[in-house]
Amino acid sequence: MLNRLTDSLNFQTQALALRSERQRMLASNIANADTPGYQARDMDFARALREATGSSLNSGALNTTQSGHIAPAAGARSESQLLYATSAQTNLDSNSVDMDRERANFADNSVKYEATLRFINGSVRTALDAMKSPNAG
Amino acid sequence: MSMFQIFSVAGSAVSAQSQRLNVVASNLANADTVAGPDGQPYKARQVVFQTALMGAGNDIASAGVRVSTISEDQTPGRRVLDPKHPQADAEGYVTYSNVNTVEEMVNMISASRSYQNNIEVMSTTKNLLLKTLQLGQS
Repeated sequence: MLNRLTDSLNFQTQALALRSERQRMLASNIANADTPGYQARDMDFARALREATGSSLNSGALNTTQSGHIAPAAGARSESQLLYATSAQTNLDSNSVDMDRERANFADNSVKYEATLRFINGSVRTALDAMKSPNAG
Repeated sequence: MSMFQIFSVAGSAVSAQSQRLNVVASNLANADTVAGPDGQPYKARQVVFQTALMGAGNDIASAGVRVSTISEDQTPGRRVLDPKHPQADAEGYVTYSNVNTVEEMVNMISASRSYQNNIEVMSTTKNLLLKTLQLGQS
């Protein structure tokens, strides 16, 4: 019973952590809107969440067969697996930040972050309600 | 907590954009100057932005901005024939600064929009963090 509760709490916690990471990425894109040569990055959220909750393996891992090989971090959140945005309008300074899209993504991510917060609050309230004595009203 | 780094990322962008605004202001102020303290006409200045990684271990997910250099526009200044002017040269021409006011105005609008965007990023993040602080209460 308690296992089920903590399982759902665990899932939402992972989602919250990923949301905050994506928020940081989008903030970096907005901050670098005028930096020449900057390439906007974003993560595949669904894949990152699947990997974080253990329902799929981290993909993109490189084999290390020699002692000198470096194993870069794998998974949708690692630098090599982050996605590049293709801009709708090309820029002369090869900056690929599309401010409208970034703003929309940022707002979308903020709302979903808040939604996750509410889900966690709901789970906590459910757990507290379940622990109450039936006489307590 | 990765969200706290947003403040340093957006903060660095705000500071870089305000430096750009500052440069635009000095360019506009000097649009009609003839000679600076060194006897040379004022040259328009331009900030150059560069990505500065702010996270631990050069994490590319938190990329701030910094002003790498302030470059001077080397195009020759505007020359106006005005032999009565005290700064006129032997041929009667006065060299003004090479500031293009239209370009500077565009630069100013772009800088102020970016500034606003980053301020909004910070305030949204602050609201989210404040709500995260109340997690589990209520």
